[in-house]
Amino acid sequence: MTQPATAPLRAPLDIEFDYTRSLGPVLSQFMAALAERRILGARGADGRVHAPPFEYDPVTAEPPGDLLPVGPEGTVLSWSWMPEPLADQPLAVPFAWALIRLDGADTALLHAVDAGSAAAMRTGLRVRPRWAAARTGSIRDIACFEPSDGVADDDTDTGSAEVNPGMTITPVRLHYMHTASPGESFYLRGLAERRLLGQRCDVCGQVYVPPRGTCPADGVPTREEVELSESGTVTTFCIVNVGYPGQKVTPPYVAAQILLDGADIAFGHLVLGCDASEVRMGMRVKAVWADEGVSHFEPNGEPDAPYESYERFM
Amino acid sequence: MTADVAVVGFAQSPVAVRDDATTSGVEMLVPTIAEAFGACGITKSDIGFWCSGSSDYLAGRAFSFVSAVDAIGAVPPTMESHVEMDGAWALYEAWVKVLTGDADIALAYGFGKSSGAELRRVMALQLDPYLVAPLWPDSVSVAALQARLGLEAGRWTEKDMAEVAARSRAAAASNPAAQVSGSVSAADLLARPYVAEPLRAHDCAPVGDGAAVVIMASAARARDLCERPAWITGFAHRIDSGSLGARDLLAAPSAAGAWSAAGGGSGAPVDVAELHAPFTHQEILLREAMELGDDVTVSPSGGALCGNPMFAAGLARIGEAARAVMSGRAGRALGHATSGPALQQNLVCVMSGEDS
Repeated sequence: MTQPATAPLRAPLDIEFDYTRSLGPVLSQFMAALAERRILGARGADGRVHAPPFEYDPVTAEPPGDLLPVGPEGTVLSWSWMPEPLADQPLAVPFAWALIRLDGADTALLHAVDAGSAAAMRTGLRVRPRWAAARTGSIRDIACFEPSDGVADDDTDTGSAEVNPGMTITPVRLHYMHTASPGESFYLRGLAERRLLGQRCDVCGQVYVPPRGTCPADGVPTREEVELSESGTVTTFCIVNVGYPGQKVTPPYVAAQILLDGADIAFGHLVLGCDASEVRMGMRVKAVWADEGVSHFEPNGEPDAPYESYERFM
Repeated sequence: MTADVAVVGFAQSPVAVRDDATTSGVEMLVPTIAEAFGACGITKSDIGFWCSGSSDYLAGRAFSFVSAVDAIGAVPPTMESHVEMDGAWALYEAWVKVLTGDADIALAYGFGKSSGAELRRVMALQLDPYLVAPLWPDSVSVAALQARLGLEAGRWTEKDMAEVAARSRAAAASNPAAQVSGSVSAADLLARPYVAEPLRAHDCAPVGDGAAVVIMASAARARDLCERPAWITGFAHRIDSGSLGARDLLAAPSAAGAWSAAGGGSGAPVDVAELHAPFTHQEILLREAMELGDDVTVSPSGGALCGNPMFAAGLARIGEAARAVMSGRAGRALGHATSGPALQQNLVCVMSGEDS
């Protein structure tokens, strides 16, 4: 389906990050035990055994004493059915989420139960952990729970454990459909035609580029469209000397604030095409185009702009 | 007790999945703020303090709320704050600001583009990051665990739950901001399939994008802005344990505690209670926890089950309760907001048409 030329542009935005967390004294023990196929709990001041263990007693706020073994079998206290599992959940086939009270514990652990069908699930069902083959000291060392037939588990551990003590890593992947604002969409469509477009506020007359759709000073929609010059002035800049993964330009290079002629706000871009040491405030530059829009700016050879012409935009 | 602060204005955007709305909320906020200003006869320069509620996890980018500040016109610089919570908690901060005398008129806003990603999956990230979130339990499944506990304990039935949905949808027919509304029987709803047994689609709030705005004013200014201000006689919030398996999911002590601290159970009874219950069984649970009798009209707006823009829907409940007072439909009303899994965190704002 083609979108009308004025519809906001949309595109997938996938974000991925490995949250690396230190565990502290209690959860370090709990996670290390999981890697050894053992589950630990903590006894509270009120005598109740919490599994998973608390870090601080919910009644007295004291840290727990020695952790104690619980389970590994347990009883389902409540459950819900997941007919179409979502990405990264413990099982890719339909399964149950369950609150499971492990034997010897008074509180419940939330985990998945591989029951095959909702008809096989019930409150009171006895379950046992199915251990992950490769364990790292994570709650996912328990791959899931499964109905327990009461027959002793085959205790042969064919898996492996490799724990980074005191740490746990959780990969997080999120998938968005990002929507550009009407103003941003107008700007991006302009770039595709090698035009730099902005918008003027009806109230204060300021020209914003890229257009924001709304005047940040007046809080009103900006409607008048303005085409701007490809030339502008460096208002301020820095020289990037550090490298980072994915960097596209080799340091040292210049990241500058550039005030396009006719605009009332500067925006950030690269200044290339000359030695980084030659870039200065007031330097006159012009856009250099590439397929995806403006690749960078480079000196346009004009005399430097006087400071007074851009001091308001610093 | 004399009230020092009143809600004087409320507006919200229509709740819908909006392909044209960005995660910064600006497109939803600009007309909503303008509507609230219009009703009060004020402009942005009258606002002494602004506070917003939103979440970067919905937006998929860091500091997304900073972009939203475009909608308030923060030039010259203004006094502004943000909570990574429902806008109801932003309103609480604004209330404190007015009570302390730092501002005479304050505006709280909440916004959320709930549809930017798979909401129920994103919401797993509000859970314990060590022991629970790595399993990605989605928000619907967690609520379903709570619903089953109540079903099996005899606290409610699936029919009770469907009746909450049917009543809410009928009430929402008169709410132009509602995403879902209309006449449907509980029996028809019960004939539909489960989405997360024991929950059906009607048991879960729809996914929708939206924004809400509430304006409050000090006693000195309230009557200038509103003919019948909704005087805040109590405002409190409480939180329960983050450990889902260690707390009693069939009690909501934080809701009962906030209601009690806000004056619930004492003084005149409330006529209207706008409850933020994103799942049908949670309305039943909240009514029990707060001991609301049958004489209380619950969520005449249709409630969150008919429109639940994340980070705005709680604020909208307070706005709707205030509107009931401001319009004279209620003498005393409460607005409630919840946050976290399975009613972990609760806030109650009690408002009255009388200032003492």
